[in-house]
Amino acid sequence: MSSLKYFTNGLLKENPTFVLVLGTCPTLAVTTAAFNGIGMGLATTFVLVFSNMFIAMLKNYIPDKVRIAAFIVIIATFVTIVDLLMKAYVPDIYKTLGIFIPLIVVNCIILGRAEAFAQKNEVKSSILDGLGMGLGFTLAITLMGSIREILGSGSIFNIPILAENSKTILLFILPPGAFFTFGYMIAIFNRFKAKYKF
Amino acid sequence: MAKLESSLKNMVLCLLLMSIVMSAALGFVYVITKKPIEDTNKKVEIDAVKNVLPNFDNDPTKDVKTIDGLVYYVATQSGDTVGCAVKTYTNKGFAGHFEIMVGFKPDGTIYKTAVLDMKETPGLGDKMKNPKWRNQFNEKNPVSYRLKVKKDGGDVDAITASTITSRAFCDAITRAYDGFMKNISNTIKK
Amino acid sequence: MDLINIIILALIVNNVILVQFMGICPFLGVSNKVSTSIGMGAAVVFVMALANFVTYFIQFYILVPLHIEFMQTISFIFVIAFLVQVVEIILKKSAPALYQALGIYLPLITTNCAVLGIAILAVQKNYNLIQSVVYASAIAVGFTLAMILMAGIREQMELTGYPKGMKGFPISLVTAGLLSLAFMGFSGLVK
Repeated sequence: MSSLKYFTNGLLKENPTFVLVLGTCPTLAVTTAAFNGIGMGLATTFVLVFSNMFIAMLKNYIPDKVRIAAFIVIIATFVTIVDLLMKAYVPDIYKTLGIFIPLIVVNCIILGRAEAFAQKNEVKSSILDGLGMGLGFTLAITLMGSIREILGSGSIFNIPILAENSKTILLFILPPGAFFTFGYMIAIFNRFKAKYKF
Repeated sequence: MAKLESSLKNMVLCLLLMSIVMSAALGFVYVITKKPIEDTNKKVEIDAVKNVLPNFDNDPTKDVKTIDGLVYYVATQSGDTVGCAVKTYTNKGFAGHFEIMVGFKPDGTIYKTAVLDMKETPGLGDKMKNPKWRNQFNEKNPVSYRLKVKKDGGDVDAITASTITSRAFCDAITRAYDGFMKNISNTIKK
Repeated sequence: MDLINIIILALIVNNVILVQFMGICPFLGVSNKVSTSIGMGAAVVFVMALANFVTYFIQFYILVPLHIEFMQTISFIFVIAFLVQVVEIILKKSAPALYQALGIYLPLITTNCAVLGIAILAVQKNYNLIQSVVYASAIAVGFTLAMILMAGIREQMELTGYPKGMKGFPISLVTAGLLSLAFMGFSGLVK
């Protein structure tokens, strides 16, 4: 694969949210607004890129039997770093994302890419894979967040787009709305995938 | 180069080394973010107080008093007390516990209110975030203004279809007022 | 009674899957058969109760006294990974039939966000040891309950059919959404 392909793979063809269906917990929980999607997506991308990088660098020094434990230690370290940085510099987003920041540790996307890719490939491609997957995730959950925010709150990125006192479909920012939106988006994405063959 | 074999020595060594290095890296980041985190927390606190009181020039987060679960921030301008912000709570919300900040003028009149932390129902109870609803409390003195919803014989217009949340909000303000009168009112210059 | 409150809240009002969105991956992946759902649920109850028990001591006897609370994520997940490994070894030796039945789902409990998430939440809510373990167990039973309900519906759906375009995750998610909608009826059940 040419280098660029490692990056674009995660954006569409193997989009972690709509195709691989990994990392579903934050996908459902934080997509109540478009902005939250961006915050969570970027935090996850940060961890993904660095964990992929380190695991690719250290892959020959990690005995097979302890690899999961070792991966988790590396991932948990970067998650805590992101946690501390966000607490210090973007407290509002930090508060909104709440418990889902430490939960990046068990986000299947990160462990999944470590297992499937970083431990078998060199550093450069692993970094690109991390970037691609991370951005694919970010785009997916920002899109989902936008839809739920428009239908449920009548705004996008906190900018109201409906007249004041308009009725919105509240359900979309509540748990059932998350499930419905996600389900239909995967169905629609699959349709596009089949039609345009990517 | 082939992977390191999974002998007991290698496994233990690898995990041990990794834990030590990672913990050290974490400790480093912790130390450099410690001050920024403290500064940010302080700024959030001061902003919350600024939100509910008239202009002040002191630092209300110095000499903060915490009594019976409520936090009192006294604000002064050129030495004269302009008000006291009280971080208060209620456990009677529809979803249980929530916290608000109430700003009192030195004589006990409510200046402004702000919502700090709540999980009330979106679209219903969470309308308390809307300043339009909370404006009805401004410039009211609980001595003459009855802090109960109209349904309960008070002067407060409840949020439509959210009587429980509205009652809880009144409960929080009442708690703040009682605390303010009991603990702070006689200690400040009026 | 305080513990009863915790149980009801954890089991249905704040159901871990349908309301709090933790543990979705195994929920979607394992809930196609009632029998595997029960097995997975039992394993999760065991791991979560044990995890909350151990992490309580880690938090209040190690992290807090040494002022290293920032090590919470790392230490907790390490404990969980270790516990799951231990449970695996014990089951293999003493209950090989169950071990076989659970198969790959056992190691996957480590990455179940609910286990780590609930351990952290119990600390945030300042629960004491007993409350924390009861909380975790109730949450895990709620997890099992949601999975069994889902499995029952999915088994039935295979027989009755649904639009082809929704095959796989889409239909599971929409079903989960309807279940979540039903569970919303429980809100306000306990104060």
